[in-house]
Amino acid sequence: MEIEKFSYDNKIVKAFMIATVIFGLVGMLVGLTAAIQLFYPIFNFDLQYMTFGRIRPLHTNAIIFAFVGNAMFAGIYYSMQRLLKARMFSDMLSWIHFWGWQSIILAAAITLPLGFTTSKEYAELEWPIDIAIAIIWVVFGWNMIGTIIKRRERHMYVAIWFYIATFVTVAVLHIVNSFAIPVTLFKSYSWYAGVQDALVQWWYGHNAVAFFLTTPFLGIMYYYLPKAANRPVYSYRLSIIHFWSLIFIYIWAGPHHLLYTSLPDWAQSLGVVFSIMLIAPSWGGMLNGLMTLRGAWDRVREDVVLKFMVVAVTAYGMATLEGPLLSLKNVNAIAHFTDWIVAHVHVGGLGWNGFMIFAILYWMTPRMWNTKLYSPKLANLHFWLGTLGIIFYALPMYVSGVVQSLMWKEFNAEGFLVYKNFLETTVQILPLHALRAVGGTLYLTGAILMTYNLIKTAYSGSFIANEPAEAAPLAKTYVANSGGWHYRVLESKPILFTTLALLAILIGGAIEMIPTFLIKSNVPTLASVKPYTPLELHGRDIYIREGCVNCHTQMVRPFRSETERYGEYSKAGEFVYDHPFLWGSKRTGPDLHRVGGKYSNSWHYNHMLAPDAVSTGSIMPAYPWLFEQLINEDETAGKIKALRTIGVPYAEGYEDIANQELEKQAGSISESLEMEGITVAKEAEIIALISYLQRLGTDIKGEKVADN
Amino acid sequence: MYKNVLQSIDHIEIWPLISFIIFFSFFIGLLIWVFTVDKKYVNKMKSMPMDDATDTELSSLNHE
Repeated sequence: MEIEKFSYDNKIVKAFMIATVIFGLVGMLVGLTAAIQLFYPIFNFDLQYMTFGRIRPLHTNAIIFAFVGNAMFAGIYYSMQRLLKARMFSDMLSWIHFWGWQSIILAAAITLPLGFTTSKEYAELEWPIDIAIAIIWVVFGWNMIGTIIKRRERHMYVAIWFYIATFVTVAVLHIVNSFAIPVTLFKSYSWYAGVQDALVQWWYGHNAVAFFLTTPFLGIMYYYLPKAANRPVYSYRLSIIHFWSLIFIYIWAGPHHLLYTSLPDWAQSLGVVFSIMLIAPSWGGMLNGLMTLRGAWDRVREDVVLKFMVVAVTAYGMATLEGPLLSLKNVNAIAHFTDWIVAHVHVGGLGWNGFMIFAILYWMTPRMWNTKLYSPKLANLHFWLGTLGIIFYALPMYVSGVVQSLMWKEFNAEGFLVYKNFLETTVQILPLHALRAVGGTLYLTGAILMTYNLIKTAYSGSFIANEPAEAAPLAKTYVANSGGWHYRVLESKPILFTTLALLAILIGGAIEMIPTFLIKSNVPTLASVKPYTPLELHGRDIYIREGCVNCHTQMVRPFRSETERYGEYSKAGEFVYDHPFLWGSKRTGPDLHRVGGKYSNSWHYNHMLAPDAVSTGSIMPAYPWLFEQLINEDETAGKIKALRTIGVPYAEGYEDIANQELEKQAGSISESLEMEGITVAKEAEIIALISYLQRLGTDIKGEKVADN
Repeated sequence: MYKNVLQSIDHIEIWPLISFIIFFSFFIGLLIWVFTVDKKYVNKMKSMPMDDATDTELSSLNHE
């Protein structure tokens, strides 16, 4: 067989590596800012583009899609070419992918602080950007499948399988979760409402963790760990079981994000069972990674790349044990809505993703620039700063989560809540939040050292843009060797393989969702629940824009400690007109589902203007701009029409009289404020927001509601 | 609208059952295959990351 000469494209890998480092630093810095805002609210700067509610999604998006995303592409483009013994399918597609992805990041960095958000976690970007993501993702997949088809290596190594599953699943998740009806260029309403929206969102949210943060990095682990250790993976058989069981089981576990909520019970139980099952493949994978180092542990002491990898794989093991445990209902009852969850995701994010990324950056840079690492000492310092950073981050958050949760639930001998005022529990944990910021600073410092080290390394060598390689092309007719016929069929047809992987993930998603959409009894209808008035709708959109959902839940769980504090627990039927749902996932402030009618209009007015003056010690930012900016009444009709299209029963022609109703309601609120000596334009955004807050959870007040 | 489309499917309750059968038999098949697969094949797959097909061998540079 004639040997073909070709070259690996290192230039595209380099581009993704540079983007990884830049966005890593930016994303961590934004995260640190958000962390500081929680104990020094002054760092919200009284500026609408800088409040925690807008900065927090910027942080999560920057870390997940910019830092981890770019690193994933760098890792895949480097390893895939070498595993398939082929240059990427098309240089042009590679570069469209690169610049397209960076443009999306830029668009996110601009629109999120501006308040253009869908409010769905990790899917906050508005519909035009969503479409761009879908297109660029297809370009990536096209380039990848193309490379697989023109490969010179008959067999596909398990890392490639993980990459394919990543591509296929993220595409499905993104498209299904992003269904929305556009109102304006940067405003849309989720296609789904209430319970269904929650289910779809957390099916997405959970599997974004699975298929954006986990599977690509498992592929990367299966390539780079043996590479760095210079020995084959411990068990290839185990890696195959790992792959199929992981992608099969992961997809089902989403509902564990919604335990004790208004989600139907059967769906919650399904989520719990599959979450527990997930321990098996996750730990299989972790052990496979660690056991690869058997007999080479002495090298771990010297090689910083291996050090980072060992901690990364260990963090993966910790996080994937903790996750299933957190999905047990009794553990979840304590941990949910608290800092415990924040600690959990950061063990995964800082430990697994972060350290794996640092490892492959330290590994690839000297090789691509044909030199040695500038300073192994500095890299070692980075390793220890990073490790300490993780510990200083996670431990205070665990303590904070448990402390606050127990305070929420503490009753005195007379049967009253000990900490009736939510704020007391917030003030209690602020020192721990400060400590967390120390952890974040350590971690960021380490990343800055790495940046310097990598730049010095690059300058000390010369970049190999096209690394020459040679291999024989694939024979036209394949002579059977080992593996059995069924395997040959599967592997020789990447398209068939891709379809099977797709099928595996679709089954789980479909079974979870179809019944919820089908069976009407899953969402009991409450006759007293009515669509929002036009003014409340504007108010709700302001609530979404300001990212209130990042700190306030709208989900009173059926615990005595919660019904005592907030009122009647939340019913599925109350959310049928909520496009999107706003249940939230974290209670930095109190739940707001029953806030309607709890305080006077003037209380809300003063509180939004100066939270600290109304509730001493409050860490909520002030929202002075809501008092100057006016709502845009031209958009009312469009909003009504869009919501009617997706099933909210506004009468035909209601959009024509909506603004009259809006003004009437605004008038009555501004009159009530006027009586207390407050004068404000009745078109001011604050009026709309107050109308929404006063509406929250009031639909079922004074009504006997059948349990669901 | 799409809800009605799904609702009109006859015997939709059999779907979970079919899914379970697919799920279960796939894993049994997978296990059988994994435990019976040729050792030569496994060894070949295992060594794949070590073989870059590159001309320059750089991997020794970074490790003493």
